[in-house]
Amino acid sequence: MTTHETGVNAPPRARLPVPTLRADRWWLGPALTVTGLTIFVVYATFRAFQQAHYFVAEYHYLTPFYSPCVSLGCTEEASLFGRFLPDHPLIPYAAVSLPFLLLFRMTCYYYRKAYYRSFWLSPPACAVPEPHRKYTGETRFPLILQNIHRYFFYAAGIVAVINTYDAIVAFQSPSGFGLGLGNVILLVNVALLWAYTLSCHSCRHVIGGRLKHFSKHPVRYWLWTKVSLLNGRHMELAWITLGTLMLTDFYIAMVAGGVISDVRFIG
Amino acid sequence: MSYIGKFRVWRGDANGGSLEDYQVEVNEGEVVLDVIHRLQATQAPDLAVRWNCKAGKCGSCSAEINGKPRLMCMTRMSTFSEDETITVTPMRAFSVIRDLVTDVSYNYEKARMVPSFQPPKDLAPGEYRMQQVDVERSQEFRKCIECFLCQNTCHVIRDHEENKPAFSGPRFLMRIAELEMHPLDTADRRDLAQDEHGLGYCNITKCCTEVCPEGIHITDNALIPMKERVAGRRYDPVVWLGNKLFRRNRA
Ligand code: SF4
Ligand code: SF4
Ligand code: FES
Ligand code: FES
Repeated sequence: MTTHETGVNAPPRARLPVPTLRADRWWLGPALTVTGLTIFVVYATFRAFQQAHYFVAEYHYLTPFYSPCVSLGCTEEASLFGRFLPDHPLIPYAAVSLPFLLLFRMTCYYYRKAYYRSFWLSPPACAVPEPHRKYTGETRFPLILQNIHRYFFYAAGIVAVINTYDAIVAFQSPSGFGLGLGNVILLVNVALLWAYTLSCHSCRHVIGGRLKHFSKHPVRYWLWTKVSLLNGRHMELAWITLGTLMLTDFYIAMVAGGVISDVRFIG
Repeated sequence: MSYIGKFRVWRGDANGGSLEDYQVEVNEGEVVLDVIHRLQATQAPDLAVRWNCKAGKCGSCSAEINGKPRLMCMTRMSTFSEDETITVTPMRAFSVIRDLVTDVSYNYEKARMVPSFQPPKDLAPGEYRMQQVDVERSQEFRKCIECFLCQNTCHVIRDHEENKPAFSGPRFLMRIAELEMHPLDTADRRDLAQDEHGLGYCNITKCCTEVCPEGIHITDNALIPMKERVAGRRYDPVVWLGNKLFRRNRA
């Protein structure tokens, strides 16, 4: 870690022989963040481009990583919204939703904090100097684009509706109605996705945070208090949903690939 | 139970200084400020330290303890082990005057730049009527004791002296948010927040929130809502179009 002329050891500030006197494990947080995010990115990239094991036809389980399945390469039954994207190894089957979901998370206020602190070390931890000579934050291109986060929130809302629909149509089996472990997993996943999406800071703003007079808008105020409750858990939900997304996808991939068979309760 | 604790305290001024070792008696129930006072009374009468209330309410005794920005009067000795060496330095984002005392005038300059509360013109003082739900958000920010620990920790200025003219720091961006959320305030400070106070410099990494002794959710409740308000005004094409077409007034 460097300290440069403009930072903590620049006169007339109190000069010290070391950049930080923190002796606790301040590096643990950023290290865990890098590990967690890397695992997800590697897994998600592999799965998004694998173009296989995404659908269990028997029970109509579609993994969220392939929803909506709109490529000409998709199994017909899996594509509930038509097939129109060219079938190409570099175009994920869900190429209409994945980029928005990626941008939603990349511009998320929590993930921003997480990767600024860990990947960019700006700052690595509180009162630990950052290694960069210059800093302009989110005042310039490209980071000024973080300000359009709320559009990705709207897009993510639409995708959450689609995921909900996927989870509902999955209650089937060759003999009609069906219920299996896959359904439970899909439902839990979609419920948590909603919780994460609705806990978004942009959501909190548009639902009521932008108002000056809560008393004139009792319904929006009530909604705002609920969103604020969720918002307090935004970081937890951000991590939990990364985990549930991977688990859901992994379970469906295992069932679709014939490695395991779904635990069935009905049908 | 008392014991002899090991301390390293930064002594010096703007021309230079160093960490000096001291051994000072520590008694049960004491806070770091008590020990600093004992050090001053028994071994280092010329040690400069600023304090007032010893109750975490005046915001004077801000310093860095083992590298962490904290109030000396609110840091209990019982949180350290008896053989641990405790390092006390002045805040490191501001110029040092002497020993533990820093020059915090940057903060007062920034405070003066925030346009004050502007009630509606036709409302006389004494006629203000507000509902509790409308002022609740601002009230959280009123807990601020102006210790400036958040300002000291914010990497935007802590690590980059050159950003001080452009950036007012979390405490004063929060002050702007407080006024923006105030039900009777009529001014619009959104452009000002972005252009004069450098809201865009904040990368919401939450160190201000982490160190605030009043536990104010500075980032979640003031800075991010403020960024959203600015985004609504400056970076939201739908809002922009809506305002053009329907000339909507602010809610
Ligand atoms: S959240 Fe923003 S204002 Fe607070 S310490 Fe971080 S960069 Fe500074
Ligand atoms: S917001 Fe908190 S940390 Fe900042 S000056 Fe006020 S009390 Fe201190
Ligand atoms: S999704 Fe995290 S702030 Fe919007
Ligand atoms: S002496 Fe008043 S806050 Fe510590």
